[in-house]
Amino acid sequence: MSVIQDQVKVSGYGGQQGPGETNYINHSKGIMSWLLTLDHKRIGLMYMIAVLTAFLGGGLCAIALRTMLYMRSAPDVAPITTGTQDVYNQLFTLHGAILVFMFIIPAVPAILGNMILPLMLGAKDVAFPRLNLLSWYCYMAGATFFLFVLLSGGLDTGWTFYTPYSTSTSTSVAAATMGAFILGFSSILTGLNFIATIHMLRPAGMGWFRMPLFLWALYATSIIQVLATPVLAITLMLLAAERILHVGIFDPALGGDPVLFQHFFWFYSHPAVYIMILPGMGIISELMATFCRRQVFGYSFIAFSSIAIALLGFLVWGHHMYTSGQSAMTNAIFSLITFSVAIPSAIKIFNWLATMYKGSISLATPMLYALAFIWLFTIGGLTGVFLGALSLDIMAHDTYFVVAHFHYVMVGSMLTSFIGGMYYWWPKMFGKMYNETVAKVAWFLIFFGFNLTFFIQFIAGSQGMPRRYADYLPEFAIYHQISTLGSYVLAIGLFLVLYNWIQSLVSGPKAPQNPWGGNTLEWHTSSPPPHENFIEDPHVTEPYEMRAWDYDESIDGYVYDKAKAIELDKQSQH
Amino acid sequence: MSNEQKHTGDTGHGDNHHPPDHPAHLAHHFETPEQQFESGKLGMWVFLATEVLMFGGLFCAYAIYRGNHQDVFLYGYGALDKMWGATNTVVLLASSLTMAWGVRAAQKGQQKLLLTMLFLTFMGGVGFMCIKGVEYKAKWDHNLFPGTMNAFYYEAGQPKYPEKLEHAIEFIDGRNSGGNSGGEVQGGGGHGLLDADVPYDESPAIEHDAQQVGHDGAGHIVSASPVILTASFGAPADMSTIKPPASPADMGVNDAVIDHAGVLTTPSAEHTQVLWRDLSSAEQKKVHLFFGIYFMMTGLHGLHVLIGMILIAWLFWKAKKGAFNKDYFAPVDIGGLYWHLVDLIWIFLFPLLYLIH
Ligand code: HEM
Ligand SMILES: [Cu+2]
Repeated sequence: MSVIQDQVKVSGYGGQQGPGETNYINHSKGIMSWLLTLDHKRIGLMYMIAVLTAFLGGGLCAIALRTMLYMRSAPDVAPITTGTQDVYNQLFTLHGAILVFMFIIPAVPAILGNMILPLMLGAKDVAFPRLNLLSWYCYMAGATFFLFVLLSGGLDTGWTFYTPYSTSTSTSVAAATMGAFILGFSSILTGLNFIATIHMLRPAGMGWFRMPLFLWALYATSIIQVLATPVLAITLMLLAAERILHVGIFDPALGGDPVLFQHFFWFYSHPAVYIMILPGMGIISELMATFCRRQVFGYSFIAFSSIAIALLGFLVWGHHMYTSGQSAMTNAIFSLITFSVAIPSAIKIFNWLATMYKGSISLATPMLYALAFIWLFTIGGLTGVFLGALSLDIMAHDTYFVVAHFHYVMVGSMLTSFIGGMYYWWPKMFGKMYNETVAKVAWFLIFFGFNLTFFIQFIAGSQGMPRRYADYLPEFAIYHQISTLGSYVLAIGLFLVLYNWIQSLVSGPKAPQNPWGGNTLEWHTSSPPPHENFIEDPHVTEPYEMRAWDYDESIDGYVYDKAKAIELDKQSQH
Repeated sequence: MSNEQKHTGDTGHGDNHHPPDHPAHLAHHFETPEQQFESGKLGMWVFLATEVLMFGGLFCAYAIYRGNHQDVFLYGYGALDKMWGATNTVVLLASSLTMAWGVRAAQKGQQKLLLTMLFLTFMGGVGFMCIKGVEYKAKWDHNLFPGTMNAFYYEAGQPKYPEKLEHAIEFIDGRNSGGNSGGEVQGGGGHGLLDADVPYDESPAIEHDAQQVGHDGAGHIVSASPVILTASFGAPADMSTIKPPASPADMGVNDAVIDHAGVLTTPSAEHTQVLWRDLSSAEQKKVHLFFGIYFMMTGLHGLHVLIGMILIAWLFWKAKKGAFNKDYFAPVDIGGLYWHLVDLIWIFLFPLLYLIH
C-alpha cells in the first residue's frame, strides 16, 4: 500500500476515471479467473447471477400459482382434479422453498453485502476470501440439489417440511433437505466472514459508532445466521435420517414427536425472517441518509435496534405454533415476547421518518424504493403484531391473512429494499447509470401491483380463505381474480427492472465515482472500483457527513473536497 | 505503480497481488500478522459457536426423549459398553493434551516436538475411531443399528423382526441384570420374553401403563413443550414431592405430564436395572428411539473426529514442509481449537449416553 500511496498524491478525488484504467471486472479475463476468484466483488457478482436466476424460477412458480387460482374462478362449475391439486402443491412448495432459501436469505448479504461491505470498511477484502468463494460453491451445490428435486418427483411439503407429512410423502424430501442443509452452510460462511471482517478490518478512525448503519445491520444479520442456521442444519439432518433410516425422532408412527420438529424448525425460521429483513433495513438507513442529505436521526438507536431484533428474534418462535397444542401459558409468553419485537422495528421506522423531516429529499429511484419500504413494512409489521395476538391468530392462522402478512414483509419490504439497494449501488458495481424514467415507471408498477396482489389477501384471509389450497368457495373468486391481476402487474414491473438493468449494462452512460453524494467509503473509490478496491487509502470521517462532497455538473456527480472534510471533522470532534 | 508491475509477483491466479513488504504467509488484505492471526482465531471461535448450536439441537432432542421416556433410556443404555466408552474418553482427553502440547511447540518453534505431537494427536483420533468401530460392530451384531435396521423396530404395533428382537432382549436384559448388585431380579422370570401365550400387548407392565396408552399417539403430539419442562430438571432421586397440577386441562398442561410425573415418582433406584418386562408396552415400542438418538449423536460426533483428523493430517504435512515457525503458527493454534471442541462434545456425550441411572 505504501508504495502505491507514494505514487498517487491527490488532495481530493471524484473526477472521471481516465480511459483505459482497469477495474475489478476487466482486471483479468477468462472464465477461470471468475470461478477461482477470491475477490469479494466478483464473488458478489457471481452470487448476483445465481440468486437472480433463483428469483426468476421462484417467481415463475408464483405466476403459475396465481394463474391456476384465476382459472378456478368458477369453482362451483366443475370439481378440481387431484392431478391439478398435486401440481398446485408442488408449485407452492417450490415457490416458497426456492425463494426463501435461495433468494431472500442470500440476496442482500451475499450480493450487496459481499460487494459493498469491504468497500464500506475501506478494506481490501473480507477476512476470509477463500471461505467466501466456498460459500458461493455451497450455494451452487445446494441449488443443484433443488434442481435434482425438480427433476425427480418434486416436493409437496411446503417450504416448512412439517412432519409427519414430510416423513410419508413420496416426493423428494431427502434431496430437498440436503439442498437446504448445504445452502445453510453457504449462509453460515457468509455470516462468519462478515463478523470477522467487521471486527478485524475496520480502518483506523472507524470505531463501531462511525460504522455505516448498513454494516450494523449486516453484523446483526450475521449473528443470526451463525447462531440459528446450525439448528436448521441439525433439524434437516434428522429429517433426512427420518426419511432414509426411519429413526423415528419426528415420526409419531414410530413413537416420535412431530411437534418437536416444529419447535426446531421455527427456532431457526423465525430468526431467519430477520436474516431476511435486517439487511434490507440497513439499506434503507443508507438511502435515507443519502437522499435526505442528512445525518441519520438516532444513529445509535437504529444501530442497537438491529442487535435487539437479532436477539429478541430468538425468543419468539412459538408464535408459529399457537395452534399446535402448546400450553396456554407457553402461548401467552410467546405472544408477549412477540409484541416486544415490534418495538425495535418501530424505533427504526420512526427514526427514518425523523430523518426525512426537514431533510432535502431527492426522489431518485432508490429513495422511491425506500419510501415504498416504509409504507409496506408498516403494514407488514403491524399485521405481524395482529398475528402475535393469540386470540386473533387462532382464527387467522393458516389463512391468507398470514400469507398477506409475510408477503408484505418479505416481498413488500425486503424485496423493495433489495431493489432499492441494487439501484443505489448499481453505478458503483458496474460503472454505468440507468434510465431514470424507466426505473421510476417500474417502481410504480411494482408498488401498485404489489398492493393490488396482496392487500386483498388480508381481506380474503379474514373472511376465512385458507392458505395452500388449490380450490376455493365461489365467494372467494373475486379476491383471487384481483390478486392474480395484481400479480401480473407486479411481474411486469419486475421484468421492467430487469430490462432497465440490462439496458444500463449495454448502453448506459458512464457513472461518476459518486452519483448521489453519499459519504460512506465505497463512494471514495472509482466506479467500478479497481481490483484492490482503493488506490489511495480512503479518508475516514463520520459516515453521513456529506458536506465535503460538492456537486459537479460537468460529470453529474460529486467531488470530494478533502480539506473541507478535515475541517468538518475537526469541528465535529469539539 | 502500474497494473502490469503489480502482477509480476503473481503465483497462479490473478488475485494474488502481494504487497512487497508483506511476509509470505500474510494475506494481502491484512495489514499485520497479528491482525491475520486474530481474525483466524475469531473466525474459528464463531465457527465453534455454530457447532455448539448444531449439537445443541441434538442435546435438546436427547433431553426431551430422556425426560419423556426415562425407562427406555435406562433400558437401552444397557447395550452400551461403559468400558469402551471410558477408554475412548481417556483417548480423546490424551489427544487433547498432545494437541495443546503441539500448539505450544509450534509457538516456540520446536519443529520436531510439533511433529511428534501432531502425530500422537492423529493417532488419538485413529484410536478413538477404532474403538468406536468395535462398539458399532457389537451393535451391528446384535441388530441395534438405527431405524428399520433395529431389532426393536415396530411396524403397525408389531415387532418387525420378532426373532432378532428376542435375541436383542436377551442381550440387553442379560447385561442389565448381570452388571447390577441388586441380586434377585424382582418379579421372578415367570414369563418368557416373547412367550407365544403372552400376547405382546399384554405384558405385565400393562397396568403401569394403562393411562399412557390412551394418549400415546395423539397425546404425544401435543406434549412437546411441557415435557421440556420436566426433562430440564433431570430426574431427582425422590420425585414424590412433585405433584401433578390440580386440573391439567385448566392449566393447559396436557396429560402426558401427569403420566410422566407418575413415572418419575417411582424411586429411581429401581431404574438402574430396567429389564424388558419392566417397560410398558408403549415404551417397548420406543426402545429403538434410544438407538436412533445414540447413533445420531455419536455418528455426528464421529464425523467431526474424522474431519479433525483430516485437519491434523494436513497440519502435519504443512509442518513437515516447515511451514510453521515462531512467527507463524496460526493454523496449528486454530486447528487445535477445533480438536478441543470435538473432545469437549464427547465429554458431554459420554455420561449422557453411557452413564445413565
Ligand atoms: C414486526 C414483527 C413481526 C411480527 C410480530 C410477526 C408475527 C408473525 C406471526 C405471529 C406469524 C404466525 C402467523 C401464523 O402462522 O398463524 C407470522 C408468520 C410469518 N411471518 Fe411474521 N412477524 C413479524 C415480522 C416478519 C418479518 C420481518 C418477516 C420476514 C421478512 C416475517 C415473515 C413471516 C413468515 C414467512 C410467516 C409465515 C411462515 C409460514 O407459516 O409459512 N414476519 N409472523
Ligand atoms: Cu415468526
